Amino acid sequence: MHKSSITAGKVVQYIFLVLFFIVLVGPIVWQIALAFKGPNDNIYAVPPYFLPKDFTWGNFTKALATIPVLRYVLNSAIVALISVCGNVIGASFAGYALARLKFKGKGLATMVVFAAMMIPVETVIISQFLIIRDMDLQNTLLAAALPGLIQPINIMLMMNAFRGIPDEMEEAAKVDGANVWQRFFNICVPQVKGTTTVVAIFSFVGAWNDFLWPLIVLGDDSQYTLTVGLNKLRGTFYSDPRLIAAGTVLALIPIVIFFLIFQRYFFRGVEAGGIKG
Amino acid sequence: MIGWCNEMTSMSKDATVAEVEANASAPAGVSSSRKGAKGGKRNKHDASEVSKDRKIASNGSLAPWLFLLPAMVVVIVFFIIPFFNTLRLSFTNATLLNPGHFIGLDNFRKMFEDDHVKTALLNSSLYVVCIVPCMVFFPLILAALVSGKGKIMGFFRTSFYMPVVVSTVIVGLIWTNLLDDRGLINSIFKSFHWITKSIPFLTDRWLLLFSAMIVTIWTGLGYYMVIYLSALANVDPSLYEAAELDGCGPISRFFHVTMPGVRSTMVLIMLLSSIAAFRVFNEVYVLTGGTAGVGGQDMTMSILIKREGTGLQARTGYTGAISMLMFVILGTLIAIEYIIQRKADKDA
Repeated sequence: MHKSSITAGKVVQYIFLVLFFIVLVGPIVWQIALAFKGPNDNIYAVPPYFLPKDFTWGNFTKALATIPVLRYVLNSAIVALISVCGNVIGASFAGYALARLKFKGKGLATMVVFAAMMIPVETVIISQFLIIRDMDLQNTLLAAALPGLIQPINIMLMMNAFRGIPDEMEEAAKVDGANVWQRFFNICVPQVKGTTTVVAIFSFVGAWNDFLWPLIVLGDDSQYTLTVGLNKLRGTFYSDPRLIAAGTVLALIPIVIFFLIFQRYFFRGVEAGGIKG
Repeated sequence: MIGWCNEMTSMSKDATVAEVEANASAPAGVSSSRKGAKGGKRNKHDASEVSKDRKIASNGSLAPWLFLLPAMVVVIVFFIIPFFNTLRLSFTNATLLNPGHFIGLDNFRKMFEDDHVKTALLNSSLYVVCIVPCMVFFPLILAALVSGKGKIMGFFRTSFYMPVVVSTVIVGLIWTNLLDDRGLINSIFKSFHWITKSIPFLTDRWLLLFSAMIVTIWTGLGYYMVIYLSALANVDPSLYEAAELDGCGPISRFFHVTMPGVRSTMVLIMLLSSIAAFRVFNEVYVLTGGTAGVGGQDMTMSILIKREGTGLQARTGYTGAISMLMFVILGTLIAIEYIIQRKADKDA
């Protein structure tokens, strides 16, 4: 009796798992199949069918020929790389100072970072644009990366990580004559590798997927990041969903591979930085 | 190492003499650094000098500020200054090309009579009201389903998180295909003979907003699932055993053990998802092709800010007022969220 109720529960559990799987992964898989459907496939068939009957790679070549997807990928990669470097370096340095150094004005500095963390980016985005315009940087990839270069939330994450290092480790290094920079690079940075990886990954994905800011600051086609460029797909290929599908599949591949490699850090990051919804 | 200390102390000496004098150990530090400056003293660096250097590093020097400098510059230039500038703009009639002048509360008065603002407030609020319950309950069910050990559960966890990492622009395009008049969803409904005419998911004023919500929920489930998973890991397993011994089935265990065990996380997710929902931009923008629906009927607050604040005709002053309205609403939610999270961290 007892045992059979467990198996019944398991069956129900797996039914729900498969249902959720279809709902959450299905649309992506459907899009991939659509990208391979040729001109002789009826993509509007009722009832719909999944596997391409007229299999073709042509949608990809056509999408690539019409929209410089690879250029956009490169632009996004540059912006993401700048963002990763800025956040990892800037947030580590600042986090260390706020967590482990004593100095005048520390309370004020912490408050500034904290206040900045509370400001939703949409509410200052126009002023951010005005500053970029004053710097005469609009339409550059640097501008696309700048406001998110060192995110307050990342400073906070690094600060918490550095706080977790036992004082004895740094004390011992001090006695051995290590100065603050040596202690930072040789003792403390290696201790917070996990959080640093989380910061790096979330900066990468954040910059890669950012849409509103690059949409505002990049006006020139050649500077478009992937999200802004792909948004144009809808206008350009509205009549042919196969090409939209091909474009989205091309854009999906890098980020999905990236996710599969680093997935455990993704999960850790979500747990660590709840606020970054 | 000594090189750095030299630089530090000499800089602080130049910068603020008062600061050096105020710090008892600083003069000694300066002298030790001078010794260092004469060169070749590294090996003779004895214990007493080390302790002086240490005091310099942690009290008087500029080192902490050098550590902070890049972050402070970025944070102040791109968050703090823009915030005060937005506040200032909201009291002016500035445009993109014209700095404008002070006009008091006119923008705010105008704002509350503007139909676009009313529509945007309504849509963004509706977004919150409809999405939050879904984000609180469905991810918890997902988390309870995939919380077990083993490779199969790992596979499902990874799969369910997949929509989160894909850009909402791409997700929007995928769903634009699916929700099209002749798209997959309408085809499925037709093949079951549930409908004969296509459902206008992407053109009807309310259905469009509803479709965008579906997309938002679809991309958010995995994210909140992971937050729930870490909360579930802290629920005492003996409670489940006790409930099972008392004859509770899986469903009653879900309601009587799982849900009370993650109550504080549910409140947190309620707030996190309200904040995210009120800020919605990408999904609505992509599904409407940037138009925010016919006549801007599906406008949200973020789209409104983007529309009013960019382009050559941008009314930056007026947009500043809309931004401040959004800030007050979101700021309240964020502040509550932070207080609750702090409390939860203390309890844990």
